Amino acid sequence: MSQTVMADAAPRDAAAPTPTLRRPRLPRWAPAGLAALAVALGCGIGLIGGLDSRIQWGLIAAVLYVALTAVLAGAVEGARQAKDRLATSFIWVSFLLAVIPLASLIWETIARGVKVLDGYFLSHSMNGVITMEAGGGIYHALIGTLEQVALATLIAAPVGLLTAIYLVEYGTGRLAKAVTFFVDVMTGIPSIVAGLFVLSFWIIILDFGYSGFAGAMALAILMMPIVVRSTEEMLKLVPNELREASLALGVPKWKTILKVVLPTAVGGITTGIMLAVARVAGESAPILLLVFGSAQINANPFEGAQSSLPYYVYEQWANGNEPSYDRAWAAALVLIAFVMILNLVARGIARWKAPKH
Amino acid sequence: MAKRIDVSGLSAYYGGFRAIDDISMTIEPRSVTAFIGPSGCGKSTFLRTLNRMHEVTPGGRVEGKVMLDDEDLYGSDVDPVSVRRTIGMVFQRPNPFPTMSIYDNVAAGLRLNGNHRKSELDDIVERSLKGANLWNEVKDRLGRPGSGLSGGQQQRLCIARAIAVEPQVLLMDEPCSALDPISTLAIEDLIGELKSRFTIVIVTHNMQQAARVSDRTAFFNLAEVGAPGKLVEIDDTERIFSNPSVQATEDYISGRFG
Repeated sequence: MSQTVMADAAPRDAAAPTPTLRRPRLPRWAPAGLAALAVALGCGIGLIGGLDSRIQWGLIAAVLYVALTAVLAGAVEGARQAKDRLATSFIWVSFLLAVIPLASLIWETIARGVKVLDGYFLSHSMNGVITMEAGGGIYHALIGTLEQVALATLIAAPVGLLTAIYLVEYGTGRLAKAVTFFVDVMTGIPSIVAGLFVLSFWIIILDFGYSGFAGAMALAILMMPIVVRSTEEMLKLVPNELREASLALGVPKWKTILKVVLPTAVGGITTGIMLAVARVAGESAPILLLVFGSAQINANPFEGAQSSLPYYVYEQWANGNEPSYDRAWAAALVLIAFVMILNLVARGIARWKAPKH
Repeated sequence: MAKRIDVSGLSAYYGGFRAIDDISMTIEPRSVTAFIGPSGCGKSTFLRTLNRMHEVTPGGRVEGKVMLDDEDLYGSDVDPVSVRRTIGMVFQRPNPFPTMSIYDNVAAGLRLNGNHRKSELDDIVERSLKGANLWNEVKDRLGRPGSGLSGGQQQRLCIARAIAVEPQVLLMDEPCSALDPISTLAIEDLIGELKSRFTIVIVTHNMQQAARVSDRTAFFNLAEVGAPGKLVEIDDTERIFSNPSVQATEDYISGRFG
């Protein structure tokens, strides 16, 4: 009791040990050094143990890195720092594990794809090409993908956009809840089911033939929920104060949405639509069912069979010979590039249109 | 130009919750009326009922009468959009449109209502920015984004935007609460100038501000948390601050509240 009083009265008593803020720390290069050591150890153990798979070497190195970091930090810096270092090293290892498949996928596709990828490949179809031999190209598939995706976007983007505007700006009560529910359900529709739906409705019941447009309708079904969801999130991010400011100026609600809310969110909305496009550009199941596939150039998406990039990859792979494999890889590379370019364009638009500060 | 507002028996609800109860008062034209009172007593809600912004809030509902000269704002054939064109509003946090330049912000109200004549807009933008004491600071950068201005400048930009549509009444919901003392002073001076043209109603938590800028002051209070806010009294500002007729007003003003 008396001690407490004393401590309160004279907190800086000379007899009390002055608390120091310094703690022993590992040097700054420690994580990098430990990583190098772990990799060296991993390779060494792999060599001596006669492990064939480099993946095993890598995993041993990863485990060693995490363990070494934790033990060393625990010994030098104390328990709290050790936990921090353990978590940090886990995150690094996880990051590498996540990036390696992506990097290797891109590397593999580029390495194998560039073999036959040239101007000729981009500007010629497979019409009259014997699959066992080199030659031919993806022009017909490229046209098919561009047209089908463009048509799907033309259908899905306005519907999705208007649905999202309804949900955020107008929707209250049961109808909005029901719409949200069905959008959620639509998100989960497998692409083959969307394809089967259009097949049974458009081709079997209404008796239209195979066409790019039939495929585009299935792609639109897949795009719509993505557009609705992303647009909804973007519209919700627009501060309510902006809507109120506009309404308080005597601007009608529809004009407020059109001239204030949408321009503020346009960057995010575009990104959302582009991501939806990227998502459906790689769909092959509905194309297989509805567009049928073709080796010829057919620029009319409303009549007759077309091809598309993912379908082309599948078709060439199924041929099962070396020149077809090369064509499949090159087409896959073009598809990845197409999606990547779309993403970059979307980001560019988002940055260009973002509210300026 | 400026019009008188006559409120009688006004109650406002958020869903089932009654936020303000049975308020009646007269707001004189070409004067500044200040609303003071503790947080949650319904000052802002009441202010928003005066230009039908309250019903923008989901569940917002109003009972009673608000007469602008001889027109009932809540009459069945009254368009809330035209009410808001007549009664402008400035909000607590400066909210310039982030996608628009300074010029476009001021012109927004006119443009979005269909006026696109360049020369006329130029005139109105200049006049409004001068009216908001902002012209000299921004005249060389009218094309720059409005959100690049300082907080005080943004708030004056919002005032310029509100007066550009030539309203009869200007409602201000704590316009200085997010601003530093110098910007506050600039806005208070501006209010003094604007009252010759508009009827001004200002909500404030700052008693000195109410005493400085307003001609009449209304004190709102609520019996307890969750109870609806009520108007305690409204009188000339001098009288409210020197010799109010209700004890609660004096307690609140002198800081003996609660």
